[in-house]
Amino acid sequence: MTLAEARRAVRDGGDFGALLAFVPYAEWLGLRLHQRDAQAPVLRLPYREALVGNPRLPALHGGVVAGFMESAALLQLLLVLEQDRVPKSIDFSIDYLRSARPEDSYAACELTRLGRRVAQVQVRCWQSEATKPVALARAHFLLAPEANATAEHLQA
Amino acid sequence: MNEPTLPLALAQRFAALVPHMRELGLRLLRVEREFAEAALPLRPEFLGDRERGLVHTGVVTSLIDSVCGFAVHARIGGLVTIATLDLRVDYLRPVRPPQALICRAECYRLTARIAFARAAVWQEDPGAPVATSLATFMHATRSMHEETP
Repeated sequence: MTLAEARRAVRDGGDFGALLAFVPYAEWLGLRLHQRDAQAPVLRLPYREALVGNPRLPALHGGVVAGFMESAALLQLLLVLEQDRVPKSIDFSIDYLRSARPEDSYAACELTRLGRRVAQVQVRCWQSEATKPVALARAHFLLAPEANATAEHLQA
Repeated sequence: MNEPTLPLALAQRFAALVPHMRELGLRLLRVEREFAEAALPLRPEFLGDRERGLVHTGVVTSLIDSVCGFAVHARIGGLVTIATLDLRVDYLRPVRPPQALICRAECYRLTARIAFARAAVWQEDPGAPVATSLATFMHATRSMHEETP
């Protein structure tokens, strides 16, 4: 299945796993599609013990929260744009507002800039209370130029 | 100054007790007063771009967050409770398996409550980092008086 086919399948209400399969790390973390929305889907990271970074508190690992949010941003781009390849991360910045408890986490993204080559995505992550985010982040991605994507498609 | 303030074996035992560090397979290599260094062998499930075979940046970020934490612990000289306030990562080069990631982090400024850290990640050549990062931590050390607030 190509990326375009997987995207179409998810947009048509099909299995999110088809898209997730292009991003093995997100699959490994355990990401799920929580709320199906064409423009602003909500992703969920179910809690499991292997995600804990501080067993004493306990709290999720800061890298898990970051990796979840980076994955959410990337999957949002795969879902809403017509990219034929997975966009490359340029940079990532995260502010931790509260410690993430050992429970399910949610992430929603906003595409705050969409240029020809660069996209910026802002991500909010929360747990049981949507009004109390555990972290805010933003990420820049390098997009594949559509011309190249078309050319490669023709070569294939 | 070369004497580690946090014994490597103790730091390694601590890392083994942290579920996600265990899950990642993080291996602490060195803990000195000035820096901490760890290796992360790469696995197929770490890919972020299956088709091009590139490692996901979340793996790099998790490694950085962990090793910066050890750098702060090393500078303090103990395993106190710390919390990441913020973290910024620049992804300078794509990461392709199989060469393990190496991360070196240093806590370059420690105040009574805050620790400032920076880190670099590379595969083969420390001179060609795949990522650089800045992170800020809060720490719960009450005996630190390097700076009066």
